[in-house]
Amino acid sequence: MIPVNWYLTLAAVLFCIGVYGFLTRRNVVIMLLSVELMLNAVNLNLVAISHYMQDLSGQILTFFVIAVAAAEAAIGLAIIVTVFRNRRTVLGDQITELRG
Amino acid sequence: MLTLPQFFFIYFALAIIFLAGMAVNVRNPVHSVLLVLAMFFHMAGVYLMLNAEFLAAVQVIVYAGAVLVLYLFVVFLVNIKEEIRLKRFIGSYTTGRVITIGMLATLLAAAWSFKLGPAGTWSIEAVREITHTRALGIEMFSHYMLPFEIAGVILLVAVVGGMALAKKDRNRATTTEERRALMRGEELGE
Amino acid sequence: MMDMKRVIQKAITDYCRSEKWAVFAVIALLVLAWCGTVCASGDPGHGELLVGGGEVHGTAPHGIPGGGEQDELAHGEHHGDVGHEGGLWTYQKLNTRQELPFYLLLIPFLPLASFIFTILFGKRLGEKHAHWVPIAAVLTSFVCALIALKEVMNGNRINCDLYTLISSGSLNVSVGFLLDELTAVMLIVVTSISSLVHIYSVGYMHGDGGYYRFFSFLSLFTFSMLMLVTGNNFIQLFFGWEAVGLSSYLLIGFWFNKTSAADAGKKAFIVNRFGDFGFALGVILIFLLFGTLHYEPVFSQATKMVGQSYTLLGMTFDMPTLVALLLFCGAVGKSAQIPLHVWLPDAMEGPTPVSALIHAATMVTAGVFLVARCNPIFGLSQFALDVVTVVGAVTCLFAATIALVQTDIKRVVAYSTVSQLAYMFIGCGVGAYGAGIFHLFTHAYFKALLFLGCGSVIHAMSDEQDVKYMGGLKKYLPVTYWTMLLASLSISGVPGLAGFFSKDEILAMSYASTSGAGKFAWAIGTLVACMTAFYSFRLFFLTFHGKFRGTEEQRKHLHESPRNMTIPLCLLAFGAVASGWVGIPAALGGGAHWSHFLQPVVGHPAVHLSHATEWKLMCLSVGVGLFGIAAAYVMYVLKPGVPVRIAATFSLAYRWLYNKYYVDELYFATIVQPTINIGRKVLVKVTDGIMIEGIVNGIPKSIGVISGQLRRMQTGRVHHYLAYMASGAFIILFWMLKR
Repeated sequence: MIPVNWYLTLAAVLFCIGVYGFLTRRNVVIMLLSVELMLNAVNLNLVAISHYMQDLSGQILTFFVIAVAAAEAAIGLAIIVTVFRNRRTVLGDQITELRG
Repeated sequence: MLTLPQFFFIYFALAIIFLAGMAVNVRNPVHSVLLVLAMFFHMAGVYLMLNAEFLAAVQVIVYAGAVLVLYLFVVFLVNIKEEIRLKRFIGSYTTGRVITIGMLATLLAAAWSFKLGPAGTWSIEAVREITHTRALGIEMFSHYMLPFEIAGVILLVAVVGGMALAKKDRNRATTTEERRALMRGEELGE
Repeated sequence: MMDMKRVIQKAITDYCRSEKWAVFAVIALLVLAWCGTVCASGDPGHGELLVGGGEVHGTAPHGIPGGGEQDELAHGEHHGDVGHEGGLWTYQKLNTRQELPFYLLLIPFLPLASFIFTILFGKRLGEKHAHWVPIAAVLTSFVCALIALKEVMNGNRINCDLYTLISSGSLNVSVGFLLDELTAVMLIVVTSISSLVHIYSVGYMHGDGGYYRFFSFLSLFTFSMLMLVTGNNFIQLFFGWEAVGLSSYLLIGFWFNKTSAADAGKKAFIVNRFGDFGFALGVILIFLLFGTLHYEPVFSQATKMVGQSYTLLGMTFDMPTLVALLLFCGAVGKSAQIPLHVWLPDAMEGPTPVSALIHAATMVTAGVFLVARCNPIFGLSQFALDVVTVVGAVTCLFAATIALVQTDIKRVVAYSTVSQLAYMFIGCGVGAYGAGIFHLFTHAYFKALLFLGCGSVIHAMSDEQDVKYMGGLKKYLPVTYWTMLLASLSISGVPGLAGFFSKDEILAMSYASTSGAGKFAWAIGTLVACMTAFYSFRLFFLTFHGKFRGTEEQRKHLHESPRNMTIPLCLLAFGAVASGWVGIPAALGGGAHWSHFLQPVVGHPAVHLSHATEWKLMCLSVGVGLFGIAAAYVMYVLKPGVPVRIAATFSLAYRWLYNKYYVDELYFATIVQPTINIGRKVLVKVTDGIMIEGIVNGIPKSIGVISGQLRRMQTGRVHHYLAYMASGAFIILFWMLKR
């Protein structure tokens, strides 16, 4: 039998890898990919706990996370395409329009 | 001694961590996407170990099949050759590492101190009896009807939004150069 | 539209200009007053209440001495059946009505209405008519005050709240009226003097640019003073107290173009602040002790203060003493006693009718009224009473000595006022509040008369106030001469006139007092009686006898004042003569009605004085008074060179007195100058320059610095924002786990 903490540990490590990529990579596409990693870590947590608690709510929530992740990917990538079209770059540290 | 499930878990875990770590570290974005793709397959394997067959299938179909392909297409926009020569990380990546390590320590502490609450009604046997997909369906279309509908709307919004954002409007200036040209009073050329 | 407006305006103006309008106003006000009276006296429970009062008190209703008391009086002794020890405040036992009759409301509010009306429309009415409304209002008030007096003499008291302003916890601030013997006396004094002064002012202020302003302020003052005396709680008393201070300020500085007048107004206001500070503290302390500010509960529970004490800065104060002395602080300021007397002589910068009304007859006596009103509190502390007596005695001598040498006609009378007020305080201090109020009553008439007479002289002399340039005015101003003579005789204590009875009562009471302070005050008082006679007749002889010493120009303009000035003088002269007759002591075969009338409110000192002693005291005071008059006659009529020689011989003393003991200079050096220095050096430089400007400029500066640093966070780089967000998430996570 695998303790639930193993799954949680794996999810924690995966989440932190996602955070790491999100915070350090310059390429916006890879940053979004890192977000996918974090979402997967969350999904893993949900499914594992759902399994061990014998409650399907967690898995249902995973569905919604996947749906939102898909939507986020679609929108996010569309924004990247627009930004690239305007600025000819997808490097996050070269886009400083937020400063206003 | 490790049992067989434990052995499989350790394999999957190490593979996932390796693949994910590689994915955020490699230079080439295409490789990065492909590594994540491989990671997603392993994640689906973990789901199978957790008796979530349907989710495993969704993981493969939606994530691996749809989302990552979308990523690949976007990555192809970028000039890969130039991209490879550039720096991978931002200048102040040390901050990111520090935050990551702090967060990792906190999350690990949380993971190891985690205690399960009381068990619910959907035992493994109960799920197995009516199959996983059916069980999920019963749960989703009874208790989670409204969130399900909302998720559908969100997806619709994403579809419309993605199309609206990415579409190249011939009649409107969408790039900075075109906008500047418009301001100079020039006709938009092809 | 504009036409309509103009037509209406013209109609109003025309109507206002016509004489019949003024007549109508007077008639309407009188009708209103009488309606109120009829309504009030139509009360069915009236008679029964009257009987009740007689029963409970054990004697016949006051003002009509009953059989029992007559017998005691026959034994010829000052005797009180209400001692100071046994709870003076007997209101709840007496018949006090809880409803407010209409005439009582009219008394203060008619002058208020007239103030509002005159200040708004007076300019339009012009000099010919601006005085009608104030005079009508104050005369009606006087009529109403007479009705109130009649009610009180019938044994009816009124103690009722009109309107509650603030009700917060136990704090209950309300506009309420208390009508009892003391109030009735004060009402008569205030309204009668005010009426006469209003009439007098018509002549005196003739041709002044601020004519309507003067009358509106006079009305405002009358309103304030009436609110002060009719209030049934300390807050209303305080309101009236400050409001009379305000109107006094406005009227002293009436000729605000004159620097000295404006300064005098400010001085009066600021000096009074010192006293009012203590007074306010006293009121607050009363509220803390009793949880209420109404007279009736406070005075009926006053004895519960006995034995309590209050420790401040290591000094322990007996509670009744502390409260009484704090209240007395206010009285000292308002009644110009040492050490806060300095404002009153300067207040003579105001128009003379103002000096007569405010600075002689009414406002300055508010301090005496306060002490008499709070007699249940003062009665609890022998120490406080001794302080009152000693302050009174010292001020009495102090002011009288200054008055001996002053040459400004109004300043002499002003110092005389200070001295006479001190007599009243002596009376209160020895527990004879009734005697103090009696002197207040008589003094109001003869001192108002003296002032108005001075005003008449000044008017005739084309605004010359220095007696050095007067003299021989007797033949030019006959009415003024004779009325002033009566007033001077009255203040000197010549038997049969008002001042004699009241002053003698005070001296007798202080002599009979068991405390050393009382004896001291008696000695001083008798000495000052001599001085009073001397300086009064010095002034009188210098003004009216001898040769005219003014310029030819002034001599040509000498004239008797118009009739609207002389008639008030004559009426006041009647008051100066006759007002004492209501309190002829038993020793002279009188009924001592006065002290019996006031006894329910202020009690009567439990002293025993044989008729023989009283006769001796009387003879002594009359003797010294006559001696003073004779001395003045010798020095200023028979041998005019004597005063100069005396001044030369005792030049040091003369200079001290002439410069008023250098008190003003002392205050300037010890209080005013340090205050200015502190203002310049500490407040301007440290408080304003460093603290306030430091705060005002420092906060924006630090905001600028901090935001300058903060804006550097806004790099526009998404990674930085992400780092903030992630660290925030991390901190929250960490905090949740730690819990």
